[in-house]
Amino acid sequence: MRFTKDHEWVALDGDVATIGITAYAAEQLGDVVFVETPEPGKTVKAGEGLAVVESVKAASDVYAPVSGEVIEANEALSGAPETVNDQPEGAGWFARVRLADKAQYESLMDRAAYDAFLETL
Amino acid sequence: MSLNNVGRPTRPTPAASTAHTSLTGARGLLQDEALIFEMGGWDKTGVDLAPADLDASDLGDLVRTAPIGLPGLSEPETVRHYVRLSQKNHAIDLALYPLGSCTMKHNPRLNEKLARLPGFADLHPMSPVSTVQGALALMDRLAHWLKTMTAMPAVALSPKAGAHGELCGLLTIKAAHEAKGQSHRRIVLVPTSAHGTNPATAAFVGYDVAEIAQTEDGRVDLADLEAKLSTDVAAIMVTNPNTCGLFERDIIEIARLTHAVGAYFYCDGANFNAIVGRVRPGDLGVDAMHINLHKTFSTPHGGGGPGAGPVVLSEALAPFAPAPWVVSDSKGFRLVEDTVDEASAGFGRMVAFHGQMGMFVRAYAYMLSHGADGLRQVAEDAVLNANYVKARLSGAMSAAFPDGPCMHEALFDDHWLEGSGITTLDFAKAMIDEGFHPMTMYFPLVVHGAMLIEPTETESLQELDRFCDALLALAAARAGDVERFTGAPYLAPLKRLDETLAARKPKLRWLAEA
Amino acid sequence: MRYLPLTPADRTRMLGVIGVDSIDDLFADVPAAARLSGPVDLPYHAGELEVERELAGLAALNRPAGAGPFFCGAGAYKHHVPATVDHIIQRSEFLTSYTPYQPEIAQGTLQVLFEFQTQVAALTGMDVANASMYDGSTACAEAVMMAQRVTRRNKSVLSGGVHPHYAAVTQTIAHAEGMDIVRLPVAVDAEADVLAAIDADTACVVVQTPNVFGTVTDVTKIAEAAHAAGALLIVVTTEVVSLGLLKSPGEMGADITVAEGQSIGVGLNFGGPYVGLFAVREKFVRQMPGRLCGETLDAEGRRGFVLTLSTREQHIRREKATSNICTNSGLCALAFSIHMSLLGERGLRDLALLNHSRARQLRAALADVPGFEILTPRFFNEFAIRLPQDAGAPVEALLADGIVAGVPFARLDPGAGLENVLLVTATETTSEADIAAFAEALKGRVSA
Repeated sequence: MRFTKDHEWVALDGDVATIGITAYAAEQLGDVVFVETPEPGKTVKAGEGLAVVESVKAASDVYAPVSGEVIEANEALSGAPETVNDQPEGAGWFARVRLADKAQYESLMDRAAYDAFLETL
Repeated sequence: MSLNNVGRPTRPTPAASTAHTSLTGARGLLQDEALIFEMGGWDKTGVDLAPADLDASDLGDLVRTAPIGLPGLSEPETVRHYVRLSQKNHAIDLALYPLGSCTMKHNPRLNEKLARLPGFADLHPMSPVSTVQGALALMDRLAHWLKTMTAMPAVALSPKAGAHGELCGLLTIKAAHEAKGQSHRRIVLVPTSAHGTNPATAAFVGYDVAEIAQTEDGRVDLADLEAKLSTDVAAIMVTNPNTCGLFERDIIEIARLTHAVGAYFYCDGANFNAIVGRVRPGDLGVDAMHINLHKTFSTPHGGGGPGAGPVVLSEALAPFAPAPWVVSDSKGFRLVEDTVDEASAGFGRMVAFHGQMGMFVRAYAYMLSHGADGLRQVAEDAVLNANYVKARLSGAMSAAFPDGPCMHEALFDDHWLEGSGITTLDFAKAMIDEGFHPMTMYFPLVVHGAMLIEPTETESLQELDRFCDALLALAAARAGDVERFTGAPYLAPLKRLDETLAARKPKLRWLAEA
Repeated sequence: MRYLPLTPADRTRMLGVIGVDSIDDLFADVPAAARLSGPVDLPYHAGELEVERELAGLAALNRPAGAGPFFCGAGAYKHHVPATVDHIIQRSEFLTSYTPYQPEIAQGTLQVLFEFQTQVAALTGMDVANASMYDGSTACAEAVMMAQRVTRRNKSVLSGGVHPHYAAVTQTIAHAEGMDIVRLPVAVDAEADVLAAIDADTACVVVQTPNVFGTVTDVTKIAEAAHAAGALLIVVTTEVVSLGLLKSPGEMGADITVAEGQSIGVGLNFGGPYVGLFAVREKFVRQMPGRLCGETLDAEGRRGFVLTLSTREQHIRREKATSNICTNSGLCALAFSIHMSLLGERGLRDLALLNHSRARQLRAALADVPGFEILTPRFFNEFAIRLPQDAGAPVEALLADGIVAGVPFARLDPGAGLENVLLVTATETTSEADIAAFAEALKGRVSA
């Protein structure tokens, strides 16, 4: 699993990247009440908006950590947004993207680097 | 002696426990009130109508056949339902209502009476112009007062609220740029401390929003403004006094810099109540400013409206004002309702008809009551009251900008709560138990855990002291009595409400149990 | 000055507590060049008696709708408002409270809004209604903006039956947004014309029923055509009493319904304040503008209400908000809700039938006037007449008889070439004697 400074995580399986927000981000947001996931088929570029996650008091953009085509969105979140709080780095994933460039993945932080980054906040 | 030992006890007996719940859900006189949909009045009505030929066969299958789902109540049930509900609300008529930026001041009842005169309340907007001369005269006089108080040559009366006034102002600016062949200007600059309506309005009319930084002392950062001003900028939107309750000392320079790149200066006039009668925005270089009649000129907030947001305009922008407007000649007043036949570059129309007449009547009555001298006193007392609150609370709470005076509102941060286990929200909710509405919280965004207190000029010194004493007592209680805050409110009609549940599983209407 | 509690002694004491010498010290941040040394050039303060005298004098120069036979409609309707409504909305706790951001001490306002939303949703046949907009015209413009967000398309088709002010407001906003508005030619039976204008670029179709000429239309086929093209149907209603009798927009396939709620509880007020109704299908809730009240529980599990889904709104989403609206029309929504509770389903239906009945009586009386042509084929309580001359002249002439005859269409839309068309309305406030007087006066004033 890799991480960004905007608190997204990416897990790679073949050329399919599963994307979500980190446990730290979920904690900071508070109770998640709604997630706007992208439509499958949409092409996203790294750094662009991929999804929107809403708590009661804030709406935050989730950026695509990598470029590619969205092949699946986590439909279960529409009925159970609390999954993002309960299992942020598991069942609370947002979308799956077919990766265009694997080097993008490799350039992201690993767990140790992300943890070190969190220490600086 | 004759010993009288009959009758009721005349002293309370000591209460067994302070925690007590009723069997019905009521709390003494405070009733647990059902929804009208749960009262079973599906075939009931509280009106008696004249008998009519109740045939609509000419409309054939355009007539609805299925039930609508609207319950009815008799008149006594209706009165009781709404009076019971009303008792669950706080109101300015009950106590100081210190919502910063919202200006909750006394609403004179004379204004309510006058707005209900049939000549205003029962007047149709399309009634022939000869039958509405008094209404047009009132609009004309209101306009004169607004223009004189602001030193601006024109006013568009029709916007229906502050945000609608912002929309009107930016549309005027957009039309002015278009007329000059300056449509390429795409950027509106907004300080980070601005009301949410400012960026929302700019985006709504298709502008890109860029933020201007704020200085350490809570004002627009001139260097940052200068760096961001360019010939791509259409306008800046600056609130003055700003949302930190501070007067923008450099405002004349801000206007000059803005005009130097050909942009216009939109002033958010939400806080005009702090300077009315002492400062005229026209003397500061403002091109457009909305005036919330429901703030500065005391038309009631009504639980969230209606408001009114007339926009005063500079010479440069006046030709682009929207329809309608009032003109007069020897035959009297008339309304220009369509710009086709008029020599005007008006950008269009903000609303059907002519604006919030009911609010115009109330605001004009308020202005006449105060007069030029009283309106000046309004600003002075509003500022005096805010500074008094700031002075009394500063020992216990941390003022966000301790140096120098504030204007009509005093801003505190949550620095003084650090380590107490109490948040701004907790503190605010504890105020409810002491009989006060909380102040504005977590706004402006530039101050951490912000608490923005606006007492207004209609509070007496006794009420200010009562309020300050309550807050100081709470502040003193924060050590060792955390539950007083984290569990608050204890004494309101309801305990804290679950906003997460409301947002996760939205129930936005009543539905019959399946 | 009766609204200012501070005494000179108070002020002196307070300046001492603050630690300044004079009030001018508190205005020290104002640039010297902009400080006014004294009051501006306007009259000084006045007592209640004097203020009342001036405003009553202005009111007396106006002719209220209730002063005699009155037939104006065109988006604002003269209806009887029960005395209970005005009594309740003047209660301090409703009149002088703010937007219910602190739900624990605003349950009164919040429960009213929840009931209002439910009433509006039921009346329009939609799933969800918001807590009100400024008025019908601004609600119409917001609906078009919303359709653009939902469909991500840029073109909107406005029927020629939409109230010209509503069309102008919508065009004004759309122009600024860079959105393309196709406004079809003004016509009495214009709603049917929209079918041909729907294409694959259409975000929404806006139709009005009853339309500005009073024409009632079944929009089911328009809904089908719009949906087939991937567009939304927006239905506008300016006379909300009609929904007591007519099929609801929801039943006919509307995606967004907007209406002017003024007829119920609010009164004429020379055009404002009014109350905009805004209702949508469930799936579009998160694209809605305006405040929404929702049900929830408090910490002890008791039912309560809060403002919810606020992340759509300007105070949180700022430049990404669905609208810039903040203050809406809360007190008018309360008035609407009280009046609707008094009416109930039975009262509303009877009221609607009574309106329709009076309008049919008016039609029968006016059809006899030589040279008059009734234009509106099917109507609720308002219809259009073609006169043998410019409609403005007889309206002015009948004022001498104490009768306000109606609204010349050209006043709403001078460019439409319909100078001879007059819009007339009858409601429950119109008596049979009013109608007889109107017909009689017309016969003397209009030359065929």
